[in-house]
Amino acid sequence: MIQVDNLTKRYGPVEAIHDVSFSVDKGRIVGFLGPNGAGKSTTMKILSCFMPASGGTAKVAGYDVFSQSIEVRRRIGYLPENAPLYPDLSVASYLDFVAEIKGVGRAARRGRVADVMERCFITDMQKRLIGKLSKGYRQRVGLAQALLGDPEVLILDEPTIGLDPRQITEIRSLIRSLAGQHTVILSTHILPEVSMVCDGVIIIKDGRIVAQGTESDLVRRVFPAARIEVRVAGATGDVAGSLRALPGVVGVQPLASRDGAVGFLVEAERDRDVRPELVRLVTGKGWALQELHQVGMSLEEVFMHVIAGEQEPHEALAGEEAS
Amino acid sequence: MGWLPVFKKEMRLYFGSPVAYVVFTFFLLISGWFFSQIFLFYSDASMRSFMQPQFGQNLNVIENVMRPLFTNMSVVLLFFIPMLTMRLFAEEQKSGTIELLLTYPVRDGEVLAGKYLAALALFAILLALTLLYPGLIAYFTRVEWGPIFTGYLGLLLTGAVFLAVGVLVSSMTENQIVAGFGTFGILLGFWIVGWGAEFAGGNLRGVLQYLSIGDHLDGFTRGLIDTKDLVYYVTGVGLALFLALRSVESKRWKG
Repeated sequence: MIQVDNLTKRYGPVEAIHDVSFSVDKGRIVGFLGPNGAGKSTTMKILSCFMPASGGTAKVAGYDVFSQSIEVRRRIGYLPENAPLYPDLSVASYLDFVAEIKGVGRAARRGRVADVMERCFITDMQKRLIGKLSKGYRQRVGLAQALLGDPEVLILDEPTIGLDPRQITEIRSLIRSLAGQHTVILSTHILPEVSMVCDGVIIIKDGRIVAQGTESDLVRRVFPAARIEVRVAGATGDVAGSLRALPGVVGVQPLASRDGAVGFLVEAERDRDVRPELVRLVTGKGWALQELHQVGMSLEEVFMHVIAGEQEPHEALAGEEAS
Repeated sequence: MGWLPVFKKEMRLYFGSPVAYVVFTFFLLISGWFFSQIFLFYSDASMRSFMQPQFGQNLNVIENVMRPLFTNMSVVLLFFIPMLTMRLFAEEQKSGTIELLLTYPVRDGEVLAGKYLAALALFAILLALTLLYPGLIAYFTRVEWGPIFTGYLGLLLTGAVFLAVGVLVSSMTENQIVAGFGTFGILLGFWIVGWGAEFAGGNLRGVLQYLSIGDHLDGFTRGLIDTKDLVYYVTGVGLALFLALRSVESKRWKG
């Protein structure tokens, strides 16, 4: 549904994005992650046909964003960063304007506007001036205008920014409910949001894609081994050696001792749960097991790892398709 | 038909905020003051013509009331029109709404047309309100409507050029004050450029005279529609709007 090839954008001498390629299948929700200034908004501005690229191509629903811009624009709903709206219009009259400019016929307009207001929980605010609304409500009006015209593709630049926790939950489930019929690409700073809402992730840094795929894929690729933290007290002899001798263990690193207990970070083959073996070994030797837990490998760690700029994972990950 | 929603939105903004009403109020107050002064002077002169009949030979409501009124109104428009147009693009560029507007399925030209026509419609309403003055004259005396019609046409065309320049300048900045002052400066420049014609010689004299906005209104107020003047207005509007379109398109490239 979205096909981006070697997209590059330069602002004068500054390259905002460089050789960005990815694709998003129909009905999927993809999260765009990256530090500030990484090029997320630039990519979205190009996809939404606001801005032409300096090089490369981008296609939405088979239409080129530059040469068939109007066709693309008929099929997208866009929410720019910070939801820029007209403060002097009321919610209802603003949405009426958007519906009209998106080509919703006069007869259907009232119903469609009422429908998106309901879905974004702003029906009670329809008579208010947008300028008088709180940030959270403005954000939802922005989302409502993106949904008008029932676009196939939604491009949402930080859709949950400025919302309170309850609103965030509501908006997330709204976005989640769009999956299947709509293809969604959204950017965010909140990593758990991607895990909750998105099917795939694209991580971008300094204008380049450094990783893409599903969350579990990324975790698997960035951390090929499962990691288990183990702390034992009263240990004698070569603890590390015995740990390393366990089947499935690929590496052991010592951790700082704490409360008289020695600690190790055990790296094991991912498909093999070595924890029962570990427990048997420790109790068999008569040591006291103080702590044993799998070190979480969340998207957050993948993100930090990839963003920190270690070379090999990037090379290994770049170019993979976001499924 | 992509311009229509933009047009309606702009009209909603003009009339949903105090802008339209403030502009109407002050324009009518000022032009009404001019009208009353000119009309009083005229009635005084007609009184005196009873005593000195040779005085009354040149008295004519078109020549002595409407013509000065049209000229005065065109000067007042010089101040008012920049305030009608300064918002149109500058505000959207400042607040970022332009990014959404330009990603809706309408061409840039349609956005421009919607905005320009909205400003033009507001201005036409403003002019229509001043029809009260010739109406009052007609109540007191017999008037020839022909030259009044051409006078209004001239004023409408002058305003159309002013508005096009205003839209152009507004599209080039995101600061409304800059847009307002820039427009005023350019219009005033085109107004006073004709003054230089007096001391200029040769071809330059003709060029300066032709460029002067005010000079082209003169024929219309006398009931004269000259192709030369029409070409001037149409070219002015066309050129300014063409440049405005280019300016909006270039905004995209800069993001």
